[in-house]
Amino acid sequence: MPEKITYPNRLGLKGWVVGGRWGVERYLFILHRLTGLGLVLYFLMHIVVTSSRALGVAWWERAMGAVSGGVFTIGEFLIVVGFAFHAANGIRLVLIELGWLTGKAEEPIYPYKSSLNVQRPFMIVMMILAAVVIVMGGLELFAH
Amino acid sequence: MSMRQTKLWSWHVIAGVVLLVLVGLHMAIMHLNGILNLVGYNPAGEDPIAWENVVFRAQQVTFMIVYILVLAAGLFHGLYGTRTILFELNPSPGVRTLITTVFLILGIGLFIFGSWAAIAARSTALALMQ
Amino acid sequence: MSQTKNQTTDIVFRVRRFDPGQDDEPNYEDFTVPVKPGMVVLDGLWWIKENLDATLSWRSSCRMGVCGSCAMMVNSRPMLSCNTQVLDVADQVLLLAPLPNFDIIRDLVPDLMPMLENHRKQMPWIVRDDGEEQEAPTDQYWQTPHELEKYLQFSYCIKCGACMAACPIVAIDNDYPGPQPLAQGYRYLIDTRDGAFKERKKILSTEAGPWSCHYAGECSSVCPKGVDPARAIQLMKRELVFDYLRLNKKRYQKPACLLPPENRSGRRSEIPEPPAFTVEGAVSNNPPT
Repeated sequence: MPEKITYPNRLGLKGWVVGGRWGVERYLFILHRLTGLGLVLYFLMHIVVTSSRALGVAWWERAMGAVSGGVFTIGEFLIVVGFAFHAANGIRLVLIELGWLTGKAEEPIYPYKSSLNVQRPFMIVMMILAAVVIVMGGLELFAH
Repeated sequence: MSMRQTKLWSWHVIAGVVLLVLVGLHMAIMHLNGILNLVGYNPAGEDPIAWENVVFRAQQVTFMIVYILVLAAGLFHGLYGTRTILFELNPSPGVRTLITTVFLILGIGLFIFGSWAAIAARSTALALMQ
Repeated sequence: MSQTKNQTTDIVFRVRRFDPGQDDEPNYEDFTVPVKPGMVVLDGLWWIKENLDATLSWRSSCRMGVCGSCAMMVNSRPMLSCNTQVLDVADQVLLLAPLPNFDIIRDLVPDLMPMLENHRKQMPWIVRDDGEEQEAPTDQYWQTPHELEKYLQFSYCIKCGACMAACPIVAIDNDYPGPQPLAQGYRYLIDTRDGAFKERKKILSTEAGPWSCHYAGECSSVCPKGVDPARAIQLMKRELVFDYLRLNKKRYQKPACLLPPENRSGRRSEIPEPPAFTVEGAVSNNPPT
């Protein structure tokens, strides 16, 4: 029997962005990952920087001085944006992945409605909530 | 056979909920202070990172415990999440062990360091308030 | 757009072709097909094979959306070619490609074996330990309509592979079984006739479990039968997590349905009695014993 010749056809990471006509939830998943990675990198540095408060006011002022102004304020705003999105989407994911927002299994009748339809209104509410928090944080950081 | 993935994922979610509450509060104190006027947490004026405000929070036992909880939950949630993403890229078993070991050392190390800082900050703050 | 029944439109079928003996990599070939209203993509493929190029290859069988053979990428979306009207999705060019995330055997034919092997690892059958009863049954395996509804939706899977093509995790992760095997694993896990929860729980606590699913939801968007594998996977996570946190009060002691022989009246107590017959003189086929 001749060996089967096949051509590998996995989309890989490219499929996350240019795979085809994908829906909103897929992009929310990608954003959730990106914000998560951003937050984790920030958090690791944040632990080190804020631990300076244990050494007294001089170290604290020095540490805070090193991370304030200009680029750092924009960075802080990005953290607020990242956290607001990650938290709002996270609430939605917890409710879905533990089965509260999936809807019950029901006999499929065309046109098919899926768990995506059940969670969509809640997803919109969560995104509006994230947007509100982002605007509030932006006002605080840039307008005060 | 242990229920390994089930356990790890369950704790990932629990840590996420803990972080939602505690870091949400932290974000409110740090970045929504002007708008929400959280005098209870920032008694010495509007700047949350002014030394007086920092000392005010650091000397409270509840804040010390909260910081340690956030460290534990945040390090676990973040590092386990990063490990999950990296593992989806199909590393070899050797690389998987390496990633797990590095993240364990990083996580436990930073947890010990951060907990020390939270406890030491409390002592520093109490000494100052005397 | 208004079309009379016999008006034809020339649509270019841009097909991703690959001949394993000859080509190093796939490339696109154009075929101009006269499309009448009502023609599906599969009709177009047969027209090409009969009139333009007899070497064009794909899988198809029932041509009515129940066998799952003809799934392919139609304009960058996994669909059944027999179920998709050409003029609904194209007005000039129709892009056809084999399902991604599977190796290509030839032209539009994907290698579905990895999906079917992962499916088998989920033990997609009822497991019971009452072999004697199964060989020489003394009673039916009763199930309430409520218990049936818990898995019925997921039993409609036709194993077409569209969900696997759409999943972003299947696209990169070699270990993740994918929405089709997991949805079928859940279909048997939640079936009250199955007694193997402990074994299934062990398999699902490894890389072969649902934990790499992050609810991108594409599987449910593209499923041609409304199976909603995303729902099955989240409900599966719920069962496993609640079991770990010991929040599942009853369930999983024994598979349901059979009372001990001495208690058998042919019907479990929580299943309601049927309503009275409305036809006079009618006699039941299953009188209570």
